[in-house]
Amino acid sequence: MNSPGLEHYLIFAALLFCIGLYGIVTRRNLIGMLMSVEIILNAAALNFVAFHRFKFGGDVAGAMFPLFIIAIAAAEAAVALAIILALFRRKRNLDVLSDNLLKN
Amino acid sequence: MTGYWFLDHLWLVPLLPFIGFIVTGLFLGSSARRTSAWTAIAAVGLSAVCGWGAAFEYFSEFNGEALVTFEFPWIEFSSSLTGNAGILADRISILLVLVVTTISFLIHVYSQGYMHGDRGYRRFFAFMNLFTFSMLGLVLSSSILEIFVFWELVGLSSFLLIGFYWERPAAVAACKKAFIVTRFADLGFLIGLLVLSYHAGSFDFRELNSPDTINHLAGITAPFFGCSILTLSALLVFAGAAGKSAMFPLHIWLPDAMEGPTPVSALIHAATMVVAGVYLVARLFPMFSATTAGIDLVMWTGAFTCLFAALIAITQVDIKRVLAFSTLSQIGYMMLALGVASMDESLGYTASMFHLTTHACFKALLFLCAGSVIHAVHSNDVRDMGGLRKKMPITHFTFLIACLAIAGVPPLSGFFSKDEILAAALHSGEYAVFAIAATAAGLTAFYMFRIYLLTFWNAPQDKQRYDQAHESPLSMTFPLVVLAVPSALLGIVPFSDFVHISELEHHATNWMVVGVSTTLGLCGIALAFLFYFKPNQWPARFAFAFSGIYKLVFRKFYIDELYIFITHKIIFRSISRPLNWFDRHIIDGFMDLTAQSARRLGAWLRKTATGGAQVYLLWSIAGAGVTMLALHILGAGIVVVALSGVGAAAVTVFIFQFTLQLLNKSEPLKRIEID
Repeated sequence: MNSPGLEHYLIFAALLFCIGLYGIVTRRNLIGMLMSVEIILNAAALNFVAFHRFKFGGDVAGAMFPLFIIAIAAAEAAVALAIILALFRRKRNLDVLSDNLLKN
Repeated sequence: MTGYWFLDHLWLVPLLPFIGFIVTGLFLGSSARRTSAWTAIAAVGLSAVCGWGAAFEYFSEFNGEALVTFEFPWIEFSSSLTGNAGILADRISILLVLVVTTISFLIHVYSQGYMHGDRGYRRFFAFMNLFTFSMLGLVLSSSILEIFVFWELVGLSSFLLIGFYWERPAAVAACKKAFIVTRFADLGFLIGLLVLSYHAGSFDFRELNSPDTINHLAGITAPFFGCSILTLSALLVFAGAAGKSAMFPLHIWLPDAMEGPTPVSALIHAATMVVAGVYLVARLFPMFSATTAGIDLVMWTGAFTCLFAALIAITQVDIKRVLAFSTLSQIGYMMLALGVASMDESLGYTASMFHLTTHACFKALLFLCAGSVIHAVHSNDVRDMGGLRKKMPITHFTFLIACLAIAGVPPLSGFFSKDEILAAALHSGEYAVFAIAATAAGLTAFYMFRIYLLTFWNAPQDKQRYDQAHESPLSMTFPLVVLAVPSALLGIVPFSDFVHISELEHHATNWMVVGVSTTLGLCGIALAFLFYFKPNQWPARFAFAFSGIYKLVFRKFYIDELYIFITHKIIFRSISRPLNWFDRHIIDGFMDLTAQSARRLGAWLRKTATGGAQVYLLWSIAGAGVTMLALHILGAGIVVVALSGVGAAAVTVFIFQFTLQLLNKSEPLKRIEID
């Protein structure tokens, strides 16, 4: 059987990216949006791993990037969740459309 | 330093009224009415004492030398041209100091009674002191630059005092008119003094009047008009002098200036400020007399104004306006006297200064009497008066003395000074000027006695006003009596011993001149008695018989209308309006346009700013996508395309807006509505 090639990984990453993008634009809940961001980050990380595997012959150094991304994503999620929590305490909801946060 | 106290401290003379102005104007509360009046009077009184002291020292110890007792460098234009400010004492400046301080003092005393009960009492005295300061500074100036500064200051204080009753639109209009007309004339003065001092290399009067400078200036040809610098600057300086002295055709402001309180009319618009022009010409007399065009202009302007104003005075019914036109006429006399004089034959110069002095006394007296009458009957119109001689004996008697003096009846002061002018005119060989001056003398006698008789004799015209009339308080009658003395007796003073610019030949009394002037004066008086002593039909009949001429004269030869025509119809319409249009539509339009374009663009872009975070995100993703697509397809060309696209959009908006602007369709720039 053909093992999956670079194109398969890239297409899969692009699909993930689009799913994340769609989620960001359409989700009304901030937590949903945060999750979509995580998906986009994972799509990017997947691209790194794929290029690392197929173009550079699996050098260990290439794997560091996804690891970093995962670590930073974890930190970012912690910060974002803290913000969301503060926001929720203040407004009692997390609906991005409930009032225009960036206006006024 | 001269070693004489008063001369060395001559700067005190203008300084004291200035201190008075500061104290009354700034430090006293508006309820301190008596204090402010007394401060002002004391300031001018002390100044008068210093002035008289200096005059005694000067005339007893110095033989007409020009002394600069106090001087400091003021403005340095270049290393060779420095404008000094200083105090100049010579014959005419000391003379003017005497006239100004004395009359100003008496009028201050008079105002204390006249302005009684006025709301602006303190303001009035502050301004009067300011005026006295400016006028004294003017006469004592040692350089033409300094005189210009004080010249403008008297203009300012005149403006403030004419508009003293600022609640009255007529007063506001009059003060603006006076300011604009004299300011317009001062432009000539300013240019003249700049031309003069640039070429002469000095501002100092002693320098400017020296024969070397005059010869030097006469030798340079002006780059235009083809005359010499001397003539050009003399003509320009005379424009300023004519404006301030209200010579035809710049006389239009003076009659209107009578809207001010009567003491102001007496001090500023009869006795002192309006003779500043005469003084300036006299101050620069060596320069003027060296240029034929300049001195002839002085003479003819003076002669014409003299006759012209006397004619108008005959028909006017407002007592103050008659006096105003009389002032014009008498200043015309002074100007023409200067005009017929020369450095060799300087009788006219002395006569002019003599007439200036006597005129200051009797004209101030006439105005103060008029003020006293107005105070009693509350009207300016001679048709409301009549028969007041029994009600106001002191006013009546002093008015009569002043009338006799101005009419030139011997042996009152006006007779001597006017006679000297006529003799000077005859002696110089200008027979036409002599004829004009003699005619004006007859007319003067007629119109003065016309208002005298209408006011004090005739029949009371208005019963109610007549019954209420009463003699004025002592503070008002006292200056009248004091002024009546010099008005009557000043002619006896051997004036030419004090004031002359070159050695005077002593002529035997010219009996012909005496005869002509006295006869004409008496004829004028007789005619006035015939017409106005008792109510009769003669004046009305004459006015009817010559109704065309009468109307022409009554409307002051339509000079005001002519000015209005020129300013409104010609200058406003053909110059100001296009400029206004240009300013409104092109200059303002350009500014509005920029703002409007930015605003429209903003309003349009604002619709995209909904505040929804996800929409923004979408836009940024779309922008990134478009950019990447464009870069992929077009390469670096994208930059050019994008820029020209944005530019084209901006230009379109701009042109669209500009068209709206020109069509007056666009909204004026207002706040941006926030919804």
